[in-house]
Amino acid sequence: MLNWIRQVGRGVIALLRESGRFATFVAQAIASVFTPPLYLSQLARQALSIGYFSLPLIGLTAVFIGAALALNIYTGGARFNAEQFVPNIVVLGITRELGPVLAGLMLAGRVSAGIAAEIGTMRVTEQIDAMTTLSTDPFKFLVAPRLIAATLGLPLLVLVADTIGVMGGYLVAINSLGFNGSIYLRNTLDFLESQDVLLGVWKAAAFGFIIAAVGCYQGYRSAGGALGVGRAATNAVVGATVLILATNYLMTAFFVE
Amino acid sequence: MNPKLALRGLKKAFGPKVVLDGLDLDLAAGQSLVIIGGSGVGKSVTIKCALGLIKPDDGQVLLDGKVITNARGQERQLALRQFGMLFQGAALFDSLSIWENVAFRLLYADGVGRAEARERAIETMRRVRLAPETADLRPIELSGGMQKRAGLARAIIAKPQIIFFDEPTTGLDPITADAINDLIVEMVKDLGCAALSITHDMASARKIADDIAMIHQGKIIWRGPAASVDSSGNAYVEQFVHGRAVGPIQAVV
Ligand SMILES: Nc1ncnc2c1ncn2[C@@H]1O[C@H](COP(=O)(O)OP(=O)(O)OP(=O)(O)O)[C@@H](O)[C@H]1O
Ligand SMILES: [Mg+2]
Repeated sequence: MLNWIRQVGRGVIALLRESGRFATFVAQAIASVFTPPLYLSQLARQALSIGYFSLPLIGLTAVFIGAALALNIYTGGARFNAEQFVPNIVVLGITRELGPVLAGLMLAGRVSAGIAAEIGTMRVTEQIDAMTTLSTDPFKFLVAPRLIAATLGLPLLVLVADTIGVMGGYLVAINSLGFNGSIYLRNTLDFLESQDVLLGVWKAAAFGFIIAAVGCYQGYRSAGGALGVGRAATNAVVGATVLILATNYLMTAFFVE
Repeated sequence: MNPKLALRGLKKAFGPKVVLDGLDLDLAAGQSLVIIGGSGVGKSVTIKCALGLIKPDDGQVLLDGKVITNARGQERQLALRQFGMLFQGAALFDSLSIWENVAFRLLYADGVGRAEARERAIETMRRVRLAPETADLRPIELSGGMQKRAGLARAIIAKPQIIFFDEPTTGLDPITADAINDLIVEMVKDLGCAALSITHDMASARKIADDIAMIHQGKIIWRGPAASVDSSGNAYVEQFVHGRAVGPIQAVV
């Protein structure tokens, strides 16, 4: 019995300690974003690798989800003669929820793991120490550009995902569900409010921040060679995923109030 | 006269493992000091404490008589500007080309323009006998010896006053190792800077050292001119210099 309590206590303490470390890291990271110098060449490089090169993944995810969503809503809606609401529900589901969450989760895999592995390798091969001895702050050179690129890049990616997702629904609706194309599009746009898109964009910015922050944190503190770098990448994906899902719920609840 | 760099009573433990246990060391301006000692006795940790990459649990690091142990911000940057470091594995940035590695400090800390930085990088590369044709290659395309040279060029480009070398010759064949030794001697003489080097390699130590110091169980147990290392009269030093498994030092296998 006592042993059991001790185990739980130890777990809680470890969790608190980890949260504290992460919070300290994030505070330092944010400070590095707002103090000069800002390395524009690094920012451009990260914008390319985090944003631009994620487009195919985001596009594919969105088109398939939009199409599947349209089919599901059509089938479900048919049970109470509400098939005509397919366009409205598809666009709401995508902009408010599926666009940002799926983009966030896909990038948690692609980007968080990549950042953790790259910075982790730099840590274990002493490249981060070397950077410090060359009078360059690794937070400013490595962390800040990734944080900015992901936080600003994910909202843009989500706008693309929203558009492509709606198109996925549209294609299925006119090709296999017998909708009229122009009516579908008019229904999509008429019922959409700017706050729906805005909620998704805010979520995306938060998820982008989480993805970069968790990836950088895990990479930065990794130790113990290739094994440690692998562990950092795994932890980054798991950590970013859980944080994204929890944040998604909190933000949705807050905005729906 | 104040030593250029002084370590005073440095202590550092990782968990229960005590690595440095009150280590004292002086380095005079223009002097080349080599630290010898077995694997895992804390040679790298000593250098990293001096550079501020590891915070000692206790003790002080003094540069020109000023305490820099916990220096931050501007003060730390000023200290780092006097230092150059060649890491054990060269630690080149693999996302950058060789010349960008060599010119890293100029490009990202000193705000020198790319054209001028490249010119100065290639000039420094020539000094360490790296062909200008390697300037646009990536670190992985270079052999170990060439990577060490690039690391050396990166460490000296801004004319530091103290250079740290962490095992500059390990993992190199004897000829390349000797060429690196020559380079180190030459660079130190040219720049007139002090050097603090770590090595296991006695041939290298004899060649580059004015003074040799031996570290054991977290302290400096012997120090003397390089020439006297064979007649130190210290059982630990004798065992190390002659590489015997039997003696006061227990080999960890
Ligand atoms: N960051 C760290 N965390 C935990 N232990 C460490 C850390 N850095 C060094 N150590 C431990 O400190 C001891 C001394 O390490 P150090 O790297 O200074 O050895 P060394 O004398 O340079 O050895 P070598 O010649 O093999 O490079 C080692 O036992 C190592 O396990
Ligand atoms: Mg070492």
